[in-house]
Amino acid sequence: MFRIIKRTDLTKKQSVIFRIIAIFGALVATSIFIMLIGFNPIDVYVSMLDGSFGSMYRFREAIIQAIPLIITSLGISVAFRMKFWNIGAEGQIIMGAFAASYFALYHSNIPSGLLLLLMFVSAVITGGIWALIPAYFKAKFGTNETLFTLMMNYIAQKFLMYLQYGPWKDPNALGAGKIAMFSDNAALPKVFGIHIGWIAAIVLVILMHIFINKTKRGYEIQVIGESENTARYAGMNVKKIILSSILLSGALCGMVGMFQVSGVNHTLSYQVANGVGFTAIITTWLAGLSAPIIVVACFLFAVLQQGGTYIQTAFNIHSSVAQILQGMILFFVLGSEFFIQYKLVRNKSAEHKIGKEAA
Amino acid sequence: MSLVNLITFVLAGAVTAGTPLLFATLGEIITEKVGQLNLGVEGMMLIGAVIGFGAALSTGNPIIGMLAGMLAGAGGALIFAFLTITLRANQIVSGLSLTIFGTGFSSFLGQKMIGQALSDSIRNSFKPIKIPLLGDIPIIGNAFFHQNVLVYAGYVTAVLIGLYMYKTRIGLSMRTVGENPGAADTAGINVTMYKYLHILLGGALSGIAGAYMSMVTVPSWQEGVTGGRGWIAVALVIFVTWNPYKAMLGSYFFGGLGILGLYLQSYIPIPQSIFDMLPYLVTIIVLIMISIKKSKENQPPKALGEPYFREER
Repeated sequence: MFRIIKRTDLTKKQSVIFRIIAIFGALVATSIFIMLIGFNPIDVYVSMLDGSFGSMYRFREAIIQAIPLIITSLGISVAFRMKFWNIGAEGQIIMGAFAASYFALYHSNIPSGLLLLLMFVSAVITGGIWALIPAYFKAKFGTNETLFTLMMNYIAQKFLMYLQYGPWKDPNALGAGKIAMFSDNAALPKVFGIHIGWIAAIVLVILMHIFINKTKRGYEIQVIGESENTARYAGMNVKKIILSSILLSGALCGMVGMFQVSGVNHTLSYQVANGVGFTAIITTWLAGLSAPIIVVACFLFAVLQQGGTYIQTAFNIHSSVAQILQGMILFFVLGSEFFIQYKLVRNKSAEHKIGKEAA
Repeated sequence: MSLVNLITFVLAGAVTAGTPLLFATLGEIITEKVGQLNLGVEGMMLIGAVIGFGAALSTGNPIIGMLAGMLAGAGGALIFAFLTITLRANQIVSGLSLTIFGTGFSSFLGQKMIGQALSDSIRNSFKPIKIPLLGDIPIIGNAFFHQNVLVYAGYVTAVLIGLYMYKTRIGLSMRTVGENPGAADTAGINVTMYKYLHILLGGALSGIAGAYMSMVTVPSWQEGVTGGRGWIAVALVIFVTWNPYKAMLGSYFFGGLGILGLYLQSYIPIPQSIFDMLPYLVTIIVLIMISIKKSKENQPPKALGEPYFREER
């Protein structure tokens, strides 16, 4: 028989190797799928990479996909550190986008700099409040936040559908349910051909890393994550810390909504979040909640997504291959976590006894 | 349309539309009752939908289609069970991964079947059947007892699961696993096996729910055929406070909201999206209410979402 015991002997390098093996395993498993429909998996993988690195344009597209994932993951990581399972990022992004779009659509005559600032601030506040609602009930009554934040996603989405097909519908769009394009005033400036969200993402990663590891509040968040009782015993105002951190978590997600409408789409639609809020939960988890590693995980997923779109046009292979690959990577990495944390040991004690008695 | 006809029409439609919700909700109730929060319902439904449809299309046999969908859903659940129980992975992340995988899997396998329809003989096997006597009751008869075979299977499944959970010894053990796995373990209940079996059963029910969507509701393949019903099922579990009997009412109610919305639109200008929002809104209200009231029978299973490792007890 085997016995499971906790590992203490694994170095950081070894655990990275474990994860790389896991990703490799996922690639092999997905290859089987690809072969089943009669394509060469190597060709497909190579062209997926080509889809992200093959040209400057494609590389930029991959970065543009990575930006929302990174910032959302940072937001989620704050909540997850306190074991507050915020799976409502999708809705927080949507509400941020909604608030930003209000100014872009109805106050477009404001000078660009001020307008962008208004959009930014309103998105951050709205995203934060959207997250604060479930956090308030969690703090006050212990309402299950996982299910609450999940439901909030759909409310946000249906609300935008209502706007898109109702009061915010572009009257010039000839019957189609579309919201008007923003004026140029409301477009985020670009640096190196990519909207400045990428600079924000880099700055935020650094700030988050410092915040969690070097500040008092960051330390408090970590303690609460370890044990709320310890935190309370140490005299921390646990409720206040949780609420303010969730506000921060939602604010970051709301910011993503603003970047997406202002920097990428230049309009609002109910599909603005496009699953980023869910994918980011996974990238956050894969990165072990660490800000620098979040960048790596999000970029990997952005490459997968971008590559998926590319193989659809290049090979006429459905882009869902990328989704299958994502799922597989997740399964394998989640599974590998076990071997990083535990090891199986042969249960020898029983055999020993018998051996001794015999002797 | 007279009022009686209208009520019958809405009720019958609610039951038909609510049946896939019912199967998925029952599946998730069982899963959550053993303490596992599986957010992969939508994924398992899609896996069941594509495999069930494919099997029915290639064999021409509706029963094989349904069984295949059921097994496929259980297969998806097996991934979740293996990850979260044996490999101790986080339940939320594992469930979401299953949904991502299932979505990709179904659109990938389904791409060659897009637009293909099931044969008439399969469609005919899901025609409404009138139950003698019961079917003659005014309004109720036509709404509840003049339905397709799977609707009836839904009634039976819900009642059986209710009896199982509340009236049998194994059902009690199963609930203990979700409330207090440590105590269950001490009492000699095989926690791991209980969790595995119920997760698999839950997946099988989600698989049926998905196959219902692709084989009965739509009968031709289209991408994302489940249309987010897996998430409504997750909401429904809360709405009905983990009770399989109430799951029937809840599922038909949520199923009926869509139809009522469509119908009412011609009279009162309430946008469809507001109607679509209602299930989630009422679910949140229920969630808040049960957390305030703390009445004993309406609570989520105590160990829901918590991992159980014997040696870390």
